[in-house]
Formats: sequence, C-alpha cells, structure tokens
Amino acid sequence: MMRTTRLAGFAACFILAGAGAAQAWQPTKPVEFVVTSGAGGGTDNFARMIQSIITKNKLIDQPIVVVNKGGGSGAEGYLHGKAGKSDPHRVIFGTNNAYLLPLVAKLGYRLSDLTPVSALALDEFILWVKGDAPYADAKSYLDAVKAKPMGFKMGGSQSKDTDQTLTSMIQDATGAKMIYVPFQGGSAAAVQLAGGHIDSNVNNPNENIGQWKAGAVKPLCVFSPVRLAKGEPVFDGKGWGDIPTCKESGLPIETFQMPRTVWLPADVPADAVAFYEGVLEKVSQSPEWQEFVARTAQTGRFLKGKELADFVAKDEAANRKVFENEGWIVK
Amino acid sequence: MDNVASLMHGFSVALTTHHILLMMAGVLLGILVGVLPGLGAPNGVSLMLPLTFSMDPVSAIILLTSLYWGALFGGSTTSILFNIPGEPSSVATTFDGHPMAKQGRATEALSFAFLSAGFGAMAGVVLITLLSGWVASFALRFSSPEYFAVYFMTFASFIGLGGASPFKTIVSMGIGFALTSVGMDSVSGNIRLTYDFDILLGGISFLIAVIGLFGIGELLQTMEEGLKFDGVAAKVRVRDVLSTAAKMPRYWFALLRSSLIGIWMGITPGGPTAASFMSYAMAKRSSRSPERFGKGEPEGVIAPETADHAAGSAAMLPMLALGIPGSATAAVMMGGLMIWGLNPGPTLFTDRPDFVWGLIASMYLGNVVAVIVVLATVPLFASILRIPFAIIGPIIVLVCFTGAFTVGSKVFDIWLALLFGLVGYVFKKLDYPIAPLVLAMVIGDKAEDAFRQSMIFSQGSLSIFWSNPLVSTLMAIGLVLLFAPLIGMAIRRLRGREVTRAA
Repeated sequence: MMRTTRLAGFAACFILAGAGAAQAWQPTKPVEFVVTSGAGGGTDNFARMIQSIITKNKLIDQPIVVVNKGGGSGAEGYLHGKAGKSDPHRVIFGTNNAYLLPLVAKLGYRLSDLTPVSALALDEFILWVKGDAPYADAKSYLDAVKAKPMGFKMGGSQSKDTDQTLTSMIQDATGAKMIYVPFQGGSAAAVQLAGGHIDSNVNNPNENIGQWKAGAVKPLCVFSPVRLAKGEPVFDGKGWGDIPTCKESGLPIETFQMPRTVWLPADVPADAVAFYEGVLEKVSQSPEWQEFVARTAQTGRFLKGKELADFVAKDEAANRKVFENEGWIVK
Repeated sequence: MDNVASLMHGFSVALTTHHILLMMAGVLLGILVGVLPGLGAPNGVSLMLPLTFSMDPVSAIILLTSLYWGALFGGSTTSILFNIPGEPSSVATTFDGHPMAKQGRATEALSFAFLSAGFGAMAGVVLITLLSGWVASFALRFSSPEYFAVYFMTFASFIGLGGASPFKTIVSMGIGFALTSVGMDSVSGNIRLTYDFDILLGGISFLIAVIGLFGIGELLQTMEEGLKFDGVAAKVRVRDVLSTAAKMPRYWFALLRSSLIGIWMGITPGGPTAASFMSYAMAKRSSRSPERFGKGEPEGVIAPETADHAAGSAAMLPMLALGIPGSATAAVMMGGLMIWGLNPGPTLFTDRPDFVWGLIASMYLGNVVAVIVVLATVPLFASILRIPFAIIGPIIVLVCFTGAFTVGSKVFDIWLALLFGLVGYVFKKLDYPIAPLVLAMVIGDKAEDAFRQSMIFSQGSLSIFWSNPLVSTLMAIGLVLLFAPLIGMAIRRLRGREVTRAA
C-alpha cells in the first residue's frame, strides 16, 4: 500500500515536471525591478509606469518590487544586475547608459554581464532657449553662439552623459563653442533655463513641458529624423508636432535619441528572456502605455532580439566617436 | 484673496470621510516608518506608491503626504527617547530632547516636539496658501552661486557653536566632507575614493552614518554606563501633555524665528535637515543662557522641530510649482505625479486647481490629524523607557541593523553601520561632536556641486559670489555668522584690556 502511494507520488512529480518544462517560464518568486536612477528620474518613471501597467493588467502573477540603485550615474544598478548572474527575477531598467557608462568610467561591469531584453521607447532631445530669448529658430541662436565663443552656457544633466554628448555634437557640427554646466538632473536644468541662469539646454520633452506650458522656455528644434507626433497644443497654439527638426532648421545633426531599455542578468534561461519580451510587448501595446508615451512626447518603439542588438551596436559606435574626440574613453 | 477662495474649494475637495480616513492611515503608517531608523519617509512613500496607481490623484497625494507628515513626527520620537534620529532632519532634536528624556521629562520633550512641529508645518502651509505665486518666481532667481551661499550660511552658523572647540567641529565636518565625496562625482563624471571597490560606487549613505553614529554609538555608551536608561523613573501622565501645551506660548519668539528659518530653507534648496540644524544654532546663539543648551533646554527641542516641519511643508511648493523636489521624499512623490498624469510646473496651479488646492487643504487637515494622533501616542512612547534595557537594547540593535539594510538592500551597509557605531563611540569619548559630520554628509556634496558649477559659470572667478545683490547678501550673512564668535571674543578681550587699564 505504502509503496503504491509512493509510486503514485513519483509519477505525479514526473507528470508535473513534464508539464512545467512544456509550459513557458514563469516567475516563481517576487520580481525585482532595478531602477538605474534615483526616485523621480526619467528611468524611475519608465520603470514605475511599466510596473503600474503590469499590476493593473495582471501580466505577472508574482508581486513586483521596485528598488532604486542610481549611484554612479546608474552603474550601481547594473552592478546589482551583474551580481544577480543567472537570476531571471531581477529586471534592470535603464537607458543607453547600460552600454555607454563602461566606456567613460572604470566600472566593475561590462555589457556582457547583461542580457538585453527590449527597448520600449526612444526619448527625444530638443534644443531649448529661454521663453523671451530673441531667437526665432535654431540657426539664429547658433549664429549668435558662434559669434561669441565661450560666451553662452548650455546646461544639462550630469557630465559625460547624453546632454554633454549632444552638446559636443552640436559644437562639432557648427563650430560653435559654449560652456557646458552639469546639473543634477533635467528638472534642475529646466528651472535654471527658465530663471535665465543658462542660455539653453537640450532637455527631453518631458523635462521641460511644465516650463514650456508657462511660456518660460521655448523649443527651437528636435533632434529627430521626423517631426514629433502632433498632440495637443502646449503653449501659444503650438504643440510638439510644430517643432521643426534640427536638420530642417539648418543644424546638421540627423538624429539623437535615447532608448529606454530593459535588461536581465547574464546566463538567464532563454525562455525567461522570451517571457519578459512577451510581457513588455503587451505593455507597449496597452492604451496606458500609449497614453504615457504621448504625454511625455517620447517615440514609442518596441525593439527586441536582433533589431535591439543592431540598434545598440549602432548607437554605441556613434557615441564612441564623440567620446574619443572628447578624450573621455577610459582605458 | 483669490487664493483663499481656492483654498475653500480645496477644503471641499479634501474634507470627506474617505480622505480623513486616508489621512489617519497615512499618519499612522508614517509614524511607523519614521520610528524605524533607515526606513525613512522616502522608503515609506515609495513602498506605498504602487498602491496609489488605482486611486484618483487627490486621494493618492493625500495618503502619501500624510505618510510624510507621520514620518517626520515619528523621526523625532526616537531622537528624544533613544538618541537615535529616525530621520536625518531630527538629528538636531537629539541635542536637547534626549537629555530631557534622561532627566525623566520625556513626556514634556515629546509634547514640545510635536506641538512645535505642528506649528512649523502650519506656518509653512500658510505661506504656500498666501504667497505661492511670489515664492515660485523668487525661487527662479536661485542658481548655483546662490545655492552655495545658502549651504555656506548653514555651515557657518554651525562652526562657532557647541561646547566642543571650533577646531574639533571643523575636523568632524571635514570627515563628513570626505565621506560624502565617495562615489561618482556628478560634475566631472569621475569616480572618487572607491579604491576599486564596486560596493562604494553608490557612495556612503548618510542614513547609515546616522544609524551607526547615533544608534549603535549610543548603545555602546549606555552599555558602558551600566545597562540602563536613566529615564526609567519618568512618570507618564496625560496631564503632562496638556501642561506642556500651556507652556508653548512662552516660546512664541523661538517658534516664529524657527518657522521663518524653516520656510526659508524649504523654499531655497537647503531642505529640512539644514533648516533644523540652522534653527538650533540660531536659537543657541541668540539665547540669553546658551550654556543651558545641550542639557535639556526646551527651546533646543522647539527650534529644530519647528524649522524641520516648516521646511518640510514649504518644500512642497517648489515641487509643485517648479518641478524641483525639495527633499528625497518630494522626489518620490514627483514620480507619483507623473504616473498619475500630472506635470509639475508653473501651470499646475491653473491646470489642475482641484488637485493643487485639494492637496494644500489636506496639508492643513493632515497636520491637525497628525498632531492629535501623535500626542495621543506620547504616553505610549514615553512608557517604552520603562522597559528594562536588557529587553529594549537588543531590540534597538535589531531595528538599527534592519534599518541599515533597508536603505539600499546591501549587507555591506550593516557592517558599515557597525563601523560608524565604533566611530561614534570614539567621538564621544574624545569629545568630538557628531552633528557636524552628519550635516556635512547630508548637504556637503550638494554644496560641493553648487560651488563647482559656480566655478564653471564664472570660468574660475570667485567674484561670482558677489555678482548680484541676492548672492552678495547671502554670502555676507554667511561670513558674519562664521566670524561672529571670533569678533565677539576680540571685543571682549579689548574691553577686558580697557578695564584693566582703567584699574
């Protein structure tokens, strides 16, 4: 009697195990969302928005815990990902800093310590000046900058990061020379511009929208190959879609965008990657996500697999060129 | 008077049973996270954030801000009872609050702390109600040099202060500066003082330092002194709460001055921690009997508490009107605003008046609710001191280490807290003050960033600190505060000489 029960138990185990293998990977414990920025930053909003959509639509059965590890411009978060090698319950949220940080600072991780999952959006960059500045377009502003080398101040968030990279690209493309002042974040750069302490910034739409609504800052051009989606008017009857691209306003930089990326630690099972790809693809199609992307004037674009790998390779090469010119690369 | 009308509308939004219940829940949760060191208001708010996704924005922000008020109150409780600040901004409350508790006056100290905190918060909210537009445009005039001048004022007000020699204060502050520069430097993007240890990349959190220096350090000392708290004989009577309340009006000047300092530091980016330190320093300096400070002077509790809460609530204004978070907690809440579909900025007041004025009205109500709730808990908390040390001591150790781990979910931080505990013990033995170290860790890196940004602005010229009336005034006040003790000493010497000559 005893024996048959045990046998039956074994059989049940095998059947269950078999079923488990056939079914796709599912998280078996709470999932940790590692945010590579402090609370309130762009990456924080990105991760928490996804968390809220997943929770609302019950896309993951396990609870989600968000932890902020923004130290060292986000390196802390990626190192935390590296430490969780082969643990598919640790999802890391970032930008292109995942692969750009190791180029400019000596950090304890490399890109190979992470498994790319997907990118959900491209954040745009816009050249902004103060609301009452006498410049009608990007060309007249940059001509003024060129006429007075090191007489204008460009503010941005952090140093050797996207804002300073773009500033360097603008200088290269136009021959202008300006002073770059690094602040703690985009919101500080926005307020400094509204207060007239700096002459321009290259903030993401979302970082400046509050000030634009009040007319305290105005956009000159967007670093995107095509104009942004039309959307509702923000200030003075103008909306995101009315901002000319930088190329059409005579600033020869075709595109500069920042992907919002999601990673797993290295050595995770392939079906775990597939699981998160599936969840995130569903997130990217949800009306809440569409609304978030439209409100923050990002470009919604879902990338995974080879498409993502190609994007990363291209983006890294473009940035590396600037870093080399500026002498930021660490050996 | 438009604002008053809007506020009345706000009250109609906020004054519902549902919202009042949310406030009470928020305050109670807040007290809980505030009492546990390490698990401060920012952690509490970010833990609650996911719960608010399905709520409407007004209810959500009411819950989160109430939690914030509760945490601010809870932070002072442990400062007074155990000399362990639950929040960095209640460090200054330990100076006189804990000695009072040791003398058996815990009830009085707690009541003073909560009542003055409530007063400060009210002062901050009144300011937001009446002057929101003006304050927002005033804050726009602040750039890096002005920021630096504000931090400089805070440090300067602290150097000439205290029983310890100014030299020891500067040494302690210097160690704080060194510790805060560990990690990535945001101005140059370089990594400093990590010695290739990845774990140090994120820097050393001042929360860990506070837990170790105060919590563990205090316990070590208590153990040496004989394994008991001195407040055991304290009588806990509800009447004491009321009699303390009756004494409050006597301190009207301290309340007023501290509120102004708090509001000022909340609007400018000084923040609650700097506000409480500065307010304490000013109270001691302007007091007729400064020798009583540090030994259980009620004004030493009232001053930092009032300023802390005035700054805490005034800091909500730059967050709403400019999108600059005035504190770590405000930063988390700003993330919440984004998720609820609101853009902080100058037009938030006109775009979403129901939200903004509902929030401001809830700040009035929330603080009243918070004061009532915490005053009701005073007897409960004060009786904790009657529990024998052999039981409460280990619990405190447990809470401290749990708190240290919670800060960044790192085991390393527990060891760090222990190390800071030893440092705190040694500091006490050698009579080095701990507070300047904490102050330097909290605002030292911001002061450094502001200074170096100013240098980039001016391309290396110090004249930028005298380049406009605002920054010149701030710097001048800072210098006066720095040299006042020296000048005072010189005058006294000169007078002394004249007296001897006359004789």
